[in-house]
Amino acid sequence: MNKQPFKEALSPWMRRPAPESDVVLSSRVRIARNLRQYPFPMFANSAQSAKVMEQLLSVAESGRLNGVDSVQAIRLSDLTELEKLVLVEKHLISPMLANESRNAALILSRNEDVSIMINEEDHLRIQCLYPGFQIPEAWDFSSKIDDLFEESVDYAFDEKRGYLTSCPTNVGTGIRASVMMHLPALVLTGQINRILTAVTQVGLAVRGLYGEGSEATGNLFQISNQITLGQSEQEIIDNLHSVAKQIIGHEKAARSKLMTESRTRIEDRIKRSFGILSYATIIDSKEASQRLSDIRLGVHLGLLPQVSLETINELTVSTQPGFLQQAFGETLSPEQRDVARAQMIRTKLASRA
Amino acid sequence: MVCQECGKRPATLHFTKIVNGEKTELHICEACAREKGEMIPGTASGFSIHNLLSGLLDFEPSGVGAKPEVIRCEKCGLTYAQFSKMGKFGCSHCYKEFSERLDPLLKRVHGNTVHVGKVPKRAGGHLKTKREIDRLKKEMQARIDREDFETAAQLRDRIRELEKEITG
Repeated sequence: MNKQPFKEALSPWMRRPAPESDVVLSSRVRIARNLRQYPFPMFANSAQSAKVMEQLLSVAESGRLNGVDSVQAIRLSDLTELEKLVLVEKHLISPMLANESRNAALILSRNEDVSIMINEEDHLRIQCLYPGFQIPEAWDFSSKIDDLFEESVDYAFDEKRGYLTSCPTNVGTGIRASVMMHLPALVLTGQINRILTAVTQVGLAVRGLYGEGSEATGNLFQISNQITLGQSEQEIIDNLHSVAKQIIGHEKAARSKLMTESRTRIEDRIKRSFGILSYATIIDSKEASQRLSDIRLGVHLGLLPQVSLETINELTVSTQPGFLQQAFGETLSPEQRDVARAQMIRTKLASRA
Repeated sequence: MVCQECGKRPATLHFTKIVNGEKTELHICEACAREKGEMIPGTASGFSIHNLLSGLLDFEPSGVGAKPEVIRCEKCGLTYAQFSKMGKFGCSHCYKEFSERLDPLLKRVHGNTVHVGKVPKRAGGHLKTKREIDRLKKEMQARIDREDFETAAQLRDRIRELEKEITG
């Protein structure tokens, strides 16, 4: 097994330059599919789910997917708990696949931009991740992989209902497209609630890394389609794309307004956070993600030339519990974790300064 | 009682943990519980779409003299009652078995009941061809309206070919 995915916090795909990456961290499309002849994973017995796993893994092992990208097949039973946690923190697998699934497996591309979960809620969940704002690209890519699987397995498909899924919220196209957006200026200027309310009214869902109340930790918001039936994939993608594009516009306008009207205050906030992250010896995850959000904004506003975006992206992942334990090679209590987290951030920021 | 973690909010969750015979009691608020990653019984993943969904599922088509009958998927054995409790199907055959009752549910969740998106090459059967015929018919009508009869005739021939494919 190639162990690279468990060591590096930053997936190779995240290093690619991308459109609108100052607001959109990543675009993702997930396709849910099932095999016709087996019960859905929750109702399959061990023998059935084992067959599903072998059949789907054989598609990867046959080299059929290599035209798209070179992939490796990983059975979750071969992984340690810590390795599973690391994959969850990198958003390559879901907590459900890590903890609740029988005969679970993962097909992962070398760039980690394709992660295919087997025996999660559905037999097959194809996920494609692109950096920045590239939803149509993510859809095209995942649809191509979908076609490659369909060449050798029988999908559960119904003329009326479309692709059949375990949960009625996914039936039809089976796709969930989403963008992860960093919206600090909309939060600071108090416009976020109004915008998010509007978003939910056009059939999209907002979720993600929520903190208390409406303020998301790290000002990160995930916006995704809710409806999967009765709209074509193209309509779903277009709808999300155009709404996200408007939000990007609002965020950028709010940022330049902050810079013209309250530059000193915003600069103070960002540099204070940079100061704290550079010198703190204890920091909890909530504060870390808020401060990292500040310096992410600082980088985009050109106020912190000494920090690279890559450093922030890396820290966003590597300051989570699984990665900290991996880096410090031991089981950490929450208090020790906060110390380790502060040390990780200090070292990283100092090495790039 | 106030939350023993933050000391601010009222404690709404009370745990008694017994690990290796050692008993610890915990009185915390929901926010701190989430932060600590404590399991909250009954709300494993908070209030989710599935909670909402089972609320939607739990209704009988009105009008019909509601007499409780057990609908069961003959393939996986899941009953409609179980389905409405969990909000999950057992197998692809359940969709056929519960078909009548699904329309109102799907209408509520998606605002629609019929798939219009991608069709798989192999499992799609004739659906792809049928869709193509529909598309060509529309195109043909548009050509006729524009008095482009030559193209319309070509389209008509193509439609006939495709229709033969399906029936033949």
